[in-house]
Amino acid sequence: MAPILEINNLFKSYGSVEILKDINVAIEQGDFLVLVGPSGCGKSTLLNCIAGLEPITGGQLSIGGKDMTHVSPKDRDIAMVFQSYALYPTMTVAKNITFGMKVRGVDQATQDEKLAHVATQLQIEPLLNRKPGQLSGGQRQRQRVAMGRALVRDPKLFLFDEPLSNLDAKLRVEMRTEIKALHQRLGASMVYVTHDQIEAMTLATKIVVMKGGVIQQIGTPSEIYNHPANLFVADFMGSPAMNLIPAKTKANGKGVEIEIASKSGDPITLIDTKNKDLPEDVILGVRPEDIADASLRGGEGRQEADCLIDIVEPAGADTFAVMQLGGKHVTARLHAETGAVAGQNLNLVFDLGKVSYFAPETGERLN
Amino acid sequence: MTKWLEEHMPKLVLAPSFIVVLIFVYGFIAWTAWVSLTRSRLLPRYEIDGFIQYDRLFASPRWDTAFTNLFVFGFLFIVIAMILGLILAILLDQNIRTEGAIRTIYLYPMALSMIVTGTAWKWILNPGLGLEATVRGWGFEDFTFNWLVDPDMAIYTVVIAAIWQSSGFVMALFLAGLRSVDQEIIKAAQVDGIPTWRVYTAIIIPAMAPIFLSAFIVLSHLAIKSFDLVIALTGGGPGYATDLPATYMYTMAFSRGDIGQAASSAMIMMMVVFTIVVPYLYSELRTKDD
Amino acid sequence: MTDLSYTSPRSGSRTANILLRWALYIMLGLFALFYLMPLFVMVITSFKSLDEIRTGDLISLPREVTFDAWRTAWSGACTGIQCEGVRPFFWNSVLIAIPAVLISTLIGALNGYVVAQWRFKGANLFFALMLFGCFIPFQVVLLPMARMLGLMGMAGTIPGLIFVHVIYGLGFTTLFFRNYYVSIPSELTKAAKVDGAGFFRIFWSIFLPLSLPIIVVTVIWQFTQIWNDFLFGVSFSQAGTQPVTVALNNIVNSTTGVKAYNVDMAAAIIAALPTLFVYVVAGKYFVRGLTAGSVKG
Repeated sequence: MAPILEINNLFKSYGSVEILKDINVAIEQGDFLVLVGPSGCGKSTLLNCIAGLEPITGGQLSIGGKDMTHVSPKDRDIAMVFQSYALYPTMTVAKNITFGMKVRGVDQATQDEKLAHVATQLQIEPLLNRKPGQLSGGQRQRQRVAMGRALVRDPKLFLFDEPLSNLDAKLRVEMRTEIKALHQRLGASMVYVTHDQIEAMTLATKIVVMKGGVIQQIGTPSEIYNHPANLFVADFMGSPAMNLIPAKTKANGKGVEIEIASKSGDPITLIDTKNKDLPEDVILGVRPEDIADASLRGGEGRQEADCLIDIVEPAGADTFAVMQLGGKHVTARLHAETGAVAGQNLNLVFDLGKVSYFAPETGERLN
Repeated sequence: MTKWLEEHMPKLVLAPSFIVVLIFVYGFIAWTAWVSLTRSRLLPRYEIDGFIQYDRLFASPRWDTAFTNLFVFGFLFIVIAMILGLILAILLDQNIRTEGAIRTIYLYPMALSMIVTGTAWKWILNPGLGLEATVRGWGFEDFTFNWLVDPDMAIYTVVIAAIWQSSGFVMALFLAGLRSVDQEIIKAAQVDGIPTWRVYTAIIIPAMAPIFLSAFIVLSHLAIKSFDLVIALTGGGPGYATDLPATYMYTMAFSRGDIGQAASSAMIMMMVVFTIVVPYLYSELRTKDD
Repeated sequence: MTDLSYTSPRSGSRTANILLRWALYIMLGLFALFYLMPLFVMVITSFKSLDEIRTGDLISLPREVTFDAWRTAWSGACTGIQCEGVRPFFWNSVLIAIPAVLISTLIGALNGYVVAQWRFKGANLFFALMLFGCFIPFQVVLLPMARMLGLMGMAGTIPGLIFVHVIYGLGFTTLFFRNYYVSIPSELTKAAKVDGAGFFRIFWSIFLPLSLPIIVVTVIWQFTQIWNDFLFGVSFSQAGTQPVTVALNNIVNSTTGVKAYNVDMAAAIIAALPTLFVYVVAGKYFVRGLTAGSVKG
């Protein structure tokens, strides 16, 4: 089957400023694609290009197997939910939802039927005759109405432009779950823009990480998390962020000896038996959860080392321990009942089976 | 075709206005500028002949009066209207119960035509029957107030009427400005025990600098364009004692049939506006683009 | 509300405070008198007979109220050679103002909508050009406009005056609508585009229903400007097509016959009534227009 959305060599510039450079993405029916990156990375512009709200400077874009590069938004068979929800202020909720059908000349009976269906689905029947300004339930209700306006269209592709960024933290988590449930129920194809990497991880079937108008990596959440393509992705995805520790390597009979400067004086030495061809200078990327209490873990690829703990941060389920390695703050995610004490040495285990290596000069992944 | 229409509709909608502005504002300015460099008299001529019209203009005692009047009138009008407007705004800002009604009274002259204002003040300042006669009737036999017919003083009657008409507007601007100052700063100052008048002079008024600028721009613009008021109040007289560039231009254009003089005086007015408004607009538009 | 008078803790005793408040109200009252006095004088003068005007004073109430001056002003006063009062000119002003206000408001709304919501290359330049057009002294276009109206066969006609008012009103109407529409999130336009609505549909179904306040502001502003205009009226009209401001000036400054001050005042009030009425009814919007015209962005 043809991909539901295919973008080939897309370029976008405003005057001489290039906003998007050589974007190539494709998703299948039912995929949940999340475009994630810091503000100004071009993710929203890319979404607008997919919607046809911004003309593209170069390249080609197709939706549902049809070339849509120069097709206007209304003919792309898409629906879009906006950050501000963009509810039409002078229309009732019902009119907001049916406006698109009305413009397209859908007959009244079909409009009513679809409206009723969506209203039931989203449980917004009592709100249908109110105007957006009269929605007492605030952002949650407005968000629902915006979703309703998109759902009623039953499009090939749903587009979401940071729909949760105006919500408070608690509501954001709730609505995130709701959107995920909706996606699973509908089996629809979605493209979703966010700057929140947790949203990206939880919602996506496929993530595109962007920076400066360039795609840094495309992959499933687990690929992105476990095999970040470069330092930027490694640093951006995951919270607390991946520890990125400058280290020196030396060939050794069994594998590679990795030497990390330590605050206490003697460097820490770890031996990696899996990755052999490494340059002398590397940046070692290790997730906080891959540094654990030695007493609790053991086995292949795991290397123990004594580390001086600077700070201990209990966070309920986990306890974070911060130390200084390679001149950087390094965070370890330890068990809640860890014996870590600030100012004392602790024997920690590094899971070298899961680490990433990056070239310090280019930032690219080495293993 | 429909797609082309759809894409270009915004431009198509704007196009007529764009063309109209290009012709009727900028084209016309260019025409006037051109004609001001010719020997045009009753009919326009198009052979450029240097700055002869400007030489004539600045040699003309009547223009000299008009141009001087513009600065005398403009200066007094702007300064007094601003001070009065600021005072009124501060007075009204003291939690006045009848504020709405008072504001309405202060501002209504702005709704009147300058011709009406001129007519009213012409009657009030009429030496034979107006204020002078009235005060004399009260027993002050020696009271004289004949500025309207005094060539040296007549321009000040224009100032009075103009201030009467516009100071309420300045008040409205300043009042809006006073209200837009961050209330937390004022509260902080009060907590610090700073006296009321110091709060005004040290915090509120400096914070209103942009409003002063706006008021200045609007008032100077009004001053330069003042035409109706002079026509209705003094007719430019006595003699041409209260001529302003605007009335000078009109006289040259429509009574004297001296198109060259009309064009060159209009260009001078234009340049005065330019020097005031262009830097303002430039900064306004630039900050908005950011 | 700055509300400083009550809260200043060191402003002395209670009596001093009360005295201060009294002084404040007296000052405000005196200023109110200053602004009301000319209107008051106009009204009472218009109800006096000429004899009483010659003998009485400016601010004494009429001993005998007479409507003669009003009657004359409306339908008998001479504006030059014509002696029909201000009535025909009043209707001229109506005929000029209504179409000119409507057309300039409509075009301004569309222009503002484009500049604020359909940004394209050059839209900002257009806006800057328009904005500057608001500020030019109209003297600089008077001569070429007179010739242009002649060329178009509209010299001295009411359509000619309508045309002039529309053109030189566009800057302000565009400015008003642009500033209003710029505060409406552009996502609304995007959402409507995705919903399938086109340029005019979006304007008609979404922006226009939102625009009532700015339409009122613009209509009032334009009406006041056009009704009160004198420069264009006196430059581009002829005997039968003059607006009321020009007629009023002609009555007041006519040199023939006895100076009838009561008629002058009645005519002035008649000329002022429509804008005064608008001001009293919709003062809030009037003020908003004034301040919007001066404080941009």
